[in-house]
Amino acid sequence: MFPAAFDYIAPGALDEVLSLLGQHGDDAKVLAGGQSLIPLLKLRFAAPVIVVDIGRVEGLEGIRRENGHVRIGARTRHRDVESATELRGTLDVLLDAAPLISDPLIRNMGTVGGSVCHADPAGDWGAVMLAVGAEFVVKSAGGERVLPAAGFFEGPFTTGLHADEVMTEIRIPVGSGRSGGTYLKLERKVGDFASVAAAVHVVLGDDGRIATAGIGLCAVGAHSIKATAAEAALAGQEPTDAVIAEAARLAGEAAEPKADIRGSAEYKRDVARVFVQRGLHTAINRAQGAAA
Amino acid sequence: MKVTFEINGTEKSVDVEPRTLVVDLIRTKLGMTGTHIGCDTSNCGACTVLLDGRPVKSCTLLAPMLDGKKVTTVEGLAAGGKLDAIQVGFHAEHGLQCGFCTPGMMLVGKALIEANPHPTEDEIRWGISGNICRCTGYMNIVKAIQHAAAANAAENTAGVA
Amino acid sequence: MAVDTTEAAAAAEAARQAMGGIGVSLARKEDARFIHGQGHYVDDVVLPGMLHMVIVRSPHAHARIKGIDSSAAMAIPGVVAVVTGELLAQHKLAWMPTLSGDTQAVLATDKVRFQGQEVACVIAETKYIAEDAAQLVSVDYEPLQAITTPQQAIAPGAIVIRDEKEGQTDNNIYHWEAGDKDATDAAFARAAKVVSLETFYPRCHPSPLETCGCVADLNPVTGNATIYMTSQAPHAHRTLFAIVAGLPEEKIRIISPDLGGGFGNKVPIYPGYVVATAASLLIGRPVKWIEDRTDNLISTGFARDYYMDGSVAIDENGKFIGLRVNLLSDNGAFFADAQPSKFKAGLFHIVTGSYDIPAAHIVANGAYTNKAPGGVAYRCSFRVTEASYFIERLVESAAVELGQDPVTTRLNNFIQPEAFPYKSASGFEYDSGNYPAAMKVALDMLGYDELRKEQAEKRAKGELMGIGVASFTEVVGAGKGKDYDIAGLRMFDSAELRVHPTGKAILKLGVMSQGQGHETTFAQIVAEELGIPASDVEVREGDTDNTPFGLGTYASRSTPVGGAATAVVARKLRDKGKIIAAHLFEADVADIEFAKGKYNVKGSPDNVKTIQDIAFAAYTNIPDGIEAGLEGVTYYDPPNMTFPFGTYLVVVDIDKGTGQVKVRRMVAVDDCGVRINPMIVEGQIHGGLTEGFGIAFMELITFDDEGNCIGSNFMDYLIPTAWETPRFELGQTVTPSPHHPIGAKGVGESATVGSPAAYVNAVIDALSHLGITNIDMPITSDKVWAALRSKGVTE
Repeated sequence: MFPAAFDYIAPGALDEVLSLLGQHGDDAKVLAGGQSLIPLLKLRFAAPVIVVDIGRVEGLEGIRRENGHVRIGARTRHRDVESATELRGTLDVLLDAAPLISDPLIRNMGTVGGSVCHADPAGDWGAVMLAVGAEFVVKSAGGERVLPAAGFFEGPFTTGLHADEVMTEIRIPVGSGRSGGTYLKLERKVGDFASVAAAVHVVLGDDGRIATAGIGLCAVGAHSIKATAAEAALAGQEPTDAVIAEAARLAGEAAEPKADIRGSAEYKRDVARVFVQRGLHTAINRAQGAAA
Repeated sequence: MKVTFEINGTEKSVDVEPRTLVVDLIRTKLGMTGTHIGCDTSNCGACTVLLDGRPVKSCTLLAPMLDGKKVTTVEGLAAGGKLDAIQVGFHAEHGLQCGFCTPGMMLVGKALIEANPHPTEDEIRWGISGNICRCTGYMNIVKAIQHAAAANAAENTAGVA
Repeated sequence: MAVDTTEAAAAAEAARQAMGGIGVSLARKEDARFIHGQGHYVDDVVLPGMLHMVIVRSPHAHARIKGIDSSAAMAIPGVVAVVTGELLAQHKLAWMPTLSGDTQAVLATDKVRFQGQEVACVIAETKYIAEDAAQLVSVDYEPLQAITTPQQAIAPGAIVIRDEKEGQTDNNIYHWEAGDKDATDAAFARAAKVVSLETFYPRCHPSPLETCGCVADLNPVTGNATIYMTSQAPHAHRTLFAIVAGLPEEKIRIISPDLGGGFGNKVPIYPGYVVATAASLLIGRPVKWIEDRTDNLISTGFARDYYMDGSVAIDENGKFIGLRVNLLSDNGAFFADAQPSKFKAGLFHIVTGSYDIPAAHIVANGAYTNKAPGGVAYRCSFRVTEASYFIERLVESAAVELGQDPVTTRLNNFIQPEAFPYKSASGFEYDSGNYPAAMKVALDMLGYDELRKEQAEKRAKGELMGIGVASFTEVVGAGKGKDYDIAGLRMFDSAELRVHPTGKAILKLGVMSQGQGHETTFAQIVAEELGIPASDVEVREGDTDNTPFGLGTYASRSTPVGGAATAVVARKLRDKGKIIAAHLFEADVADIEFAKGKYNVKGSPDNVKTIQDIAFAAYTNIPDGIEAGLEGVTYYDPPNMTFPFGTYLVVVDIDKGTGQVKVRRMVAVDDCGVRINPMIVEGQIHGGLTEGFGIAFMELITFDDEGNCIGSNFMDYLIPTAWETPRFELGQTVTPSPHHPIGAKGVGESATVGSPAAYVNAVIDALSHLGITNIDMPITSDKVWAALRSKGVTE
């Protein structure tokens, strides 16, 4: 299968991209790595009038640390996050998630921003961004907005992004506390979407208690889910087995899975619980082992 | 629209619809049939080519995305009649049976050992996990890539005074 | 004079390798084109004026067609034709006979009977235009109730799917029995114990990486029809095309070039081939049809979908005395299997397997459903995959109920080595076997006893670990013409060999490789028999103009039948060579000896003429009374089937929290008789063990209640990658086939036949102490979790 015909343009400047999106709105689709968009075009599930390729626009790639944030250009490829080993100890969850996205070939082309905006309910980055409390910088011809990850994912393939906007950057706050995290994904084989996945990111206070905890789930609802009740049950607590088990139970309750070929709703919910439990143990062990 | 790119060291300029998939551009427009189509949902890797040295699925690329880039296909592996180490490895270790996944596997294998000259078996299996083979069960493909890595290492050692 | 034996041995070994005869792991001769990206597959064929065809398929599993409107499609520039069933009906081509004696719609006329069924074909200048136009073909459907299981199909009052067939008043296709009902009933009556198993072998798909397709080129001036086709059996297909399409057989040339895998998927005749051929005839230009992956998975020959339930009767000594099996087969909307015509359930009656069971009775029923047609495919050896799975799973259940180690149960019931040739209760005569020997090699390789100890320790701690055993015997090499035919064509096979004046040779075969390495292994047979180095023997297959008539490659028949034909024809030439040698030596033919490519007179071993000398003489110095040349053809009718066997052992660890199963080890000991090229044999086994792994754990085509197909693309039909696939440890025993000219049995399908039960038995072995006795394939993590949950086990 191949796409229906469309117009194509690859502007060299962001302004031109934003002008085109303002002009065409829903008739346009933004092309970054193409690893989510092109399969849709081939199946003819998407049939835009014009494809706006942002591949030539400068300044949309790269990972850097600045002013208490890790800043990831939206067009940064999955593979580049995978090899950003400098993030170990700061954002373990990103480093554990990146290699599990799809397969190595897809990771060479696909982008973090593209994946986040595509918002597949089983998309890995969604869960991760919720866990780390990311913010998304989005631009239009009319200006700039900064959208928190919590609330960004509204439904299947539906986000708070407007048709005339492009995501330019993902900002993740990284404080000075000891942090640890991980990502656990149940996939039937490499390249499959998650059946259940959990992203966990924990920051410990100097007193050894959990300062903040972030838990994101994907593939168990109409969109990625932030397990807020579980997070709240961890904040300020000693990281004991009982506390962790209870948080995991609450995270399982936060999941809204549907039964399908991958398993029953009960199964998925329980794996979410098991993953959060295991993930919290790993995250806390890592944070405890981390240098202050 | 016009797309200009380098393929196997030669510059090419073609006029294609923007919706043309790169695999179709290569196979139909350029008549190079070594790159294969095995599925329609970007899951099998039979269409793998190297884009600026990195293995990607050419069925999941639009022709305009090639503009200004360098592409390597299986036809570009043997330089001046001499087989690439990866091709030697696949032949020596019986790393192919029907040959349909082989171009993609060889390109991924070549890129893998260029980035990681001494890969473990796990790293090889992980690295080729985007490429499906139905015939070999992967055992000899792993050996083929190890063979090429060892040959490269021997050549590099030999080159050192 | 003392000879340095090491040097002599090394020289002899070097000569052996250079000759490339039987037993040499010769690197493959055919590799060159593939590693250069110059494999020549059907989609690589480009002919002047060639058009492209795309098939419009039904979205409904069962519906009446009220009308088809192709006007919008025809209006697109570049569209040449839209073919419908109505047009084909005018040429009596809307329906075609199948290889199982049924009929199949080429393009639907009255109804569609499965989701994905072919409804119309768009032919255009490019495939992109054809796809655009296909989207615009508008079909008016009236949906009907869909039947999605054979149980629904045979229930009273079920809607009749094949209502177009005269006399068809229900959804039953066939009823078939094998064995001896009375003897089996008697055995069960006196049994001390009866163990039963009900299990389902799910629908899976051969899914070769290259999909099916053709380029049909009918020349309107000459009347010649050249059809490039993904065909595992080009000669059979040519004859069937002639009969079905009414084309003169002598004008049809089928060329099967390089095939990107087959696994049985490229044996049936698909509507796409027929329409492309008809379109080329009507339009007068070549027509290319290459299916995409969705077409392939949703409509071409699937495999299995077989409900099996049965029991084994056991005496007070733990010996199996009787076996009963009931089968219900889901054949889809058309009975289109390629299998020997006398056997409706293929060779399922091999189901007594490796065991000495004196009485057996098999009852098989087949039903139509609103699904794609098929059933016999995917390295199944004609339903031997199903039979082997069933008996090995049943023996596992028997071991559990007898409180025995599954190895013990098998050793107690194996057919013993001295019993061969062995007549089975269901009518096979097994040629040779030594099951205890293969078992012993496997147990030693695995370190079985240590692992059982480890399992006991883990079990005490609540950890789940299992060891699975499967000792399969399968039956291949179809087959003796009196008993085995496909659509009437007897299952002999052929080899044509010519030695050139310079002593090189060309071998032409009636079989057809799809990656199995025939260009190398068959050359090795000639090297062994005639002493012409394998590198000097060119092997040709696939072009019906240039090869002798054969039935093709599937069901592991190439080595047993084609390999035998090759050995026999080589021996014919060897014997003619003796006459020529006698002439050159001026000696008596009876005094001529031959060994490893050299002829000599008895008593003068150092005065030799090489096969190359003889070949040259065949054209330049021919004795009176015989013809020039050194050439022959043999059509080989095998006297019996061959019976490869083996023991497979699998170790698994199970994650209680997620239900995920990890294969820790997989030991496979195969006995396929003499191994022509050990490296190639091992490659075949690796591939089969991987397919077995996929079938056991992830491959599935299933349907919802409305008949929508789930598993029609690679997102849903899961094929293992190098990451999931286990590392295999291979061992061997060699028990030659006594009736095969070179003692070889064939091995292509053994691993796919024997391994699924090994994987499944390992999982069941990990869980049986909890009272879990069966989980149907594919054993996905959610099923394991649910089984554990049902017994109160959780993380």
